[in-house]
Amino acid sequence: MSERRFNFRTDEALFRGGTGLFAVLLIVIVGAIGFELYRQSILSINEFGWQFWQTDVWDPVAGEFGARPFIWGTLYSSILALLISTPIALGIAIYISELSPTWMQRPLVFLTELLAAIPSIVYGLWGIFVLVPVVRQLQVATPDWMRSLPFFTGPPLGVGMLSAALILAIMVIPFSSSVAREVLRSVPQAQREAAYALGATRWEAIRMALFYARTGIIGAIMLGFGRALGETMAVTMVIGNSPRITWSLFAPQYTMAAVLANEFAEAASELYLHALVEIGFVLFIITLIVNAISRAFIWSMGRQRKPRAALRTAAARASA
Amino acid sequence: MRRPTILLVLPLLAGLAACSGSQPAPASGSGAASPASGGAQLNGAGATFPAPLYTKWVAEYGKVAPNVQINYQPLGSGAGIRQLTNRTVFFGASDQPMTDEQLKAAPGKVLHLPTVLGAVVPIYNIPGITTELRFTGPLLAGIVLGKLTKWNDPAIAKLNPGVTLPDMAITVVHRSDGSGTTFIWTDFLSKVSPEFKSTVGADASVRWPTGVGGKGSEGLTGMVRQTPGSFGYVELLYALQNKITYGAVQNSSGEFVRASIDAVSAAAASAAPAMPADFRVSITNPPGKDAYPIASFTWLLLYEDPGDPARARALVDFVRWALKDGRSFARDLGYAPVPDNVLEMEMRALDTIKVQ
Repeated sequence: MSERRFNFRTDEALFRGGTGLFAVLLIVIVGAIGFELYRQSILSINEFGWQFWQTDVWDPVAGEFGARPFIWGTLYSSILALLISTPIALGIAIYISELSPTWMQRPLVFLTELLAAIPSIVYGLWGIFVLVPVVRQLQVATPDWMRSLPFFTGPPLGVGMLSAALILAIMVIPFSSSVAREVLRSVPQAQREAAYALGATRWEAIRMALFYARTGIIGAIMLGFGRALGETMAVTMVIGNSPRITWSLFAPQYTMAAVLANEFAEAASELYLHALVEIGFVLFIITLIVNAISRAFIWSMGRQRKPRAALRTAAARASA
Repeated sequence: MRRPTILLVLPLLAGLAACSGSQPAPASGSGAASPASGGAQLNGAGATFPAPLYTKWVAEYGKVAPNVQINYQPLGSGAGIRQLTNRTVFFGASDQPMTDEQLKAAPGKVLHLPTVLGAVVPIYNIPGITTELRFTGPLLAGIVLGKLTKWNDPAIAKLNPGVTLPDMAITVVHRSDGSGTTFIWTDFLSKVSPEFKSTVGADASVRWPTGVGGKGSEGLTGMVRQTPGSFGYVELLYALQNKITYGAVQNSSGEFVRASIDAVSAAAASAAPAMPADFRVSITNPPGKDAYPIASFTWLLLYEDPGDPARARALVDFVRWALKDGRSFARDLGYAPVPDNVLEMEMRALDTIKVQ
């Protein structure tokens, strides 16, 4: 009996130490990645300094490197993808968890998760051969008054920001919607029952659930954003790979991950190589910043007082 | 709850041990190194363009000298040069010769040996036109620089009488990934257009003044096929395999030459008399009536003193076999082989490699 207790205690310590070691290991890995990226890009950091973030020129022949068009392309395409995918992903999640008949749930879950399992090169090829021609038709059909807007200038190439954003959105949907669905499922049934008890309609009850799950849903969206930032193969096949800064959705642009994948193998000069690694470093920093912002956002939401509008209207109707 | 803790910690320790302990096993090389008894392991890395041929060579050589193990990793020319410089591979391969600075950075003297030739052809997608168009060097440079923006530009029409060119914008498509194909293409354009040379220059990746980038030959071809009015460039081999119509290009003698394996070998042969001893030569826009002007060698990179005599001998034997007996495989796979006069020079150069 006493031996058992002794073992139990060492087990506790071992277990605590073991899991703690893994947690520390994670921090060490992140730190090591950051340090190594810094070390491998030191030539470029010394040569260009902050200019690297602010210059538009990317000229391997002349040895001039600036990352701004790539930073722009990465953020612009990811934000556009988020704008397109969020309503769809949330719609899917809400329908599956709240509204769909039970027999439909399994096939729907299976299909959204199937989207996540498709390799990105397949998305890219599908993009070139199916999506891009459709986008070009759309661009050809764009009325002239729209073309005068900064978002729709340029010749109808098909490849470009719009195609990239659309393909990213499709790739992000399964991630956001799966997590959002799980989050919605974790809303206690008592919450919904309470809402119904107060006379809430179905829509009001769902809004209650959405509000209850809001931090998790933001987290689901940010997970999709992180994926969009780093997506490489599918994007590079449809974005047109042309480093320029423009609002136009029709214009070919470039992303950080894409230029890394494209130019790394053939980069022979040291400075060129270091500039490419610095792109990776910049992407690493931006990903950290984006995650920090989303964390801060979630944290500040958790501190907010709960608005009771939905409940109040329901209660008012019940008493009427 | 007792066992799982141990089970959780063990794989971690095993993982750490594996990280620190793994060293590549040294290759065992016996002194006697006739082709059939090497017993050496040779690792190489580099250019992707000749990779199908090198793989074929390695497989065929395995029948001649079963004891020699050769691994070739097609990681790209830049990676090949880097790994050779770091001595992580025994031989490298590249689609463009090493620069003087790169040679200086290498820990030993590096030999360049041309293996086969690559050629680049202009491709286009103009609705209603299936015939072969003619281009001159300056015209190609004008299109790529964005100076010529319409297919019915008088400069294009003049070269192609009898072809009704549409009033359609030219969309230039280039390779977005660093590539030897881009190097040959921009090397040629730099030779025929001073403006291209000063504003863009020649490299595996350049700063394009206009157009869109497709990833890989297949990405570029996909874009050209689907964009009416588009213009691009691919390897001759890729165009032949995929039955893509391509244009003829005027060479330095004023002839319009359609790229073919023979026209590319002719380019190499005409460049041979002026071949420098280190083989680092650009043969774009060569003299010669039959020569196709947008062509280049691809090179194997070897240390003059590889440091390991047994493996060095195995490597020299392999390269000698590949360049001589391997030529028939080159032709079968659609590569233009190195002409005889260059081959003789290479055999002499191979003799300088230290195998003792």
